[in-house]
Amino acid sequence: MVAIPGKTIAEKILSAHSGTDAHAGDIVVADVDFVMGQDGTSPLAIRALERMGVDRVFDPAKVALVIDHSAPSPLEGVSALHTVMREFGKRTGATVYDIGCGVCHQLIPENGHVVPGDLMVGCDSHTCTYGALNVFSTGVGSTDGAAAMASGKLWFKVPETMRVTYTGELKPGVFSKDLILYLAGQIGADGATYMALEFDGPVIEALSVDARMTISNMAIEVGAKAGLMRADAKTLAWYEGRGERKPNPVDPDPDARYAREIEIDASSVGPQVAKPHSVDNVSPVEEVEGTPIQQGYLGTCTNGRLEDLAIAASILKGRRVHPDVRFIVAPASRRILLDAIEAGYVQTLVEAGAALVTPGCGPCVGTHNGVPSDGENVISTANRNFKGRMGNSNAFIYLGSPATVAASVIEGKITDPRRYLG
Amino acid sequence: MRFEGTAHRYGRDIDTDVIIPARYLNTSDPDELAAHCLEDLDSEFVSKVQPGDILVAEENFGCGSSREHAPIAIKHAGVAAVVAKSFARIFYRNAINTGLPIFESPEAVDGIRSGDRVAIDADAGVITNLTTGESWNAQPFPPFIREIIERGGLVAYAREKVSRR
Repeated sequence: MVAIPGKTIAEKILSAHSGTDAHAGDIVVADVDFVMGQDGTSPLAIRALERMGVDRVFDPAKVALVIDHSAPSPLEGVSALHTVMREFGKRTGATVYDIGCGVCHQLIPENGHVVPGDLMVGCDSHTCTYGALNVFSTGVGSTDGAAAMASGKLWFKVPETMRVTYTGELKPGVFSKDLILYLAGQIGADGATYMALEFDGPVIEALSVDARMTISNMAIEVGAKAGLMRADAKTLAWYEGRGERKPNPVDPDPDARYAREIEIDASSVGPQVAKPHSVDNVSPVEEVEGTPIQQGYLGTCTNGRLEDLAIAASILKGRRVHPDVRFIVAPASRRILLDAIEAGYVQTLVEAGAALVTPGCGPCVGTHNGVPSDGENVISTANRNFKGRMGNSNAFIYLGSPATVAASVIEGKITDPRRYLG
Repeated sequence: MRFEGTAHRYGRDIDTDVIIPARYLNTSDPDELAAHCLEDLDSEFVSKVQPGDILVAEENFGCGSSREHAPIAIKHAGVAAVVAKSFARIFYRNAINTGLPIFESPEAVDGIRSGDRVAIDADAGVITNLTTGESWNAQPFPPFIREIIERGGLVAYAREKVSRR
């Protein structure tokens, strides 16, 4: 008898959603459980639907449009695009999350739209975030998104999987952001192109769901199609009170076949910083310590969750942001903002000198709410530091954990957060 | 499909933020998007590029955001085709869906400099540097992808298929 190798999480979810016995390399047409677009990409998807002659969505309960990239609108042209989205929602019954609700990648899981075992596509590259919740979620363009909104189906090439196992334990002052930046530095910005990543090991198990989402969020920064994790008791507990849908956790088979396996000893990883202008230009914080900064940013789909605000607040409690630094904070959603108010984090951050802005994406994508000036350095918790990313191609963006950002805005220069955390 | 034009060559990891920065996504008008194509990388690109020219780049072209505005901006700037050592995944699909021809050939990229005249025979999968006389093989498109690109993108292709039923 010929042994048939087991399957990865990606192969299992794509098999279940296509009704086939799918293996890496196969092309399948699969049913999607949810389709999302944001205000940068939805207008093109709506136009593609119009050109297709379609004025409905396959299931209004399974489509959401999120106004987060420029929220509230900074420009007339953007306002017009937002109107197109709102009218589409009214016409088709698709949910529209309007300004103030938050970042799409927080809202979709937070509202229980996707659960473990699901397959979803979003017109935003960081749709891979929900891989941390055992969802095969991936970013697509507006035309693919429109096709999925119209039909509930899309074609997929079943990806090979690279397994990344984090062993050891996180040292104080080191966070999940440092783990994924370290990986990006190791394998490069195209190290996992067209592959799914599976993150596993005792370090992942020990992380909170918030912290896991930071890792899956950045799977795209190494070119990956998805950044999957197993669902465990923490995942299931996270879903309590978040909607009616029942999770259907998918584990990889013990004999699953991986294209590549990487083991990283987390005990040896310190705080990491990605330097301008690419996410894989990573070095230990010690190498960039002392670089002056004029702006700090805490937020985004990478690090705008409650735990991130808590980490920053713990460092900034009773301290002040450096007088030459603007510190911008954007919680990832209204719910997180409310929870952070209740926990006192907002009070702490604002008292320290933070400028709180509407939950959304603005500063990270350079649409508004904090465009840096020529020659300025920014330390940010975001996922991208491309040239021009924050709206000015003559600025320099450094990426780090919420702790690294908090320590740096106090000192006015890039700072090792371990000075502030035991 | 055959293309011939002047090469504009750039490096690796050309991301969609430099192809079309998010600050210009306040419009869906292809020509307005094209007016800002690659401006953060090369502010003279838009004034240099002539209809039919070929964009050449190294690894991981189109990495980053899923914005379909990126292939649209390139196409409407006048670029006939992109040749790169490799493409990022989302961009690859978006290029096909919007009808922008793309070719993977590390050898061709190594053999082309900015300003060279380049010809691409898409059906045969042959890229030729007319300036140096060298030529290379690239994977030709499967027929259905060629048809999508010839129709100008997935929507026009699908509409035609549906109306023929």
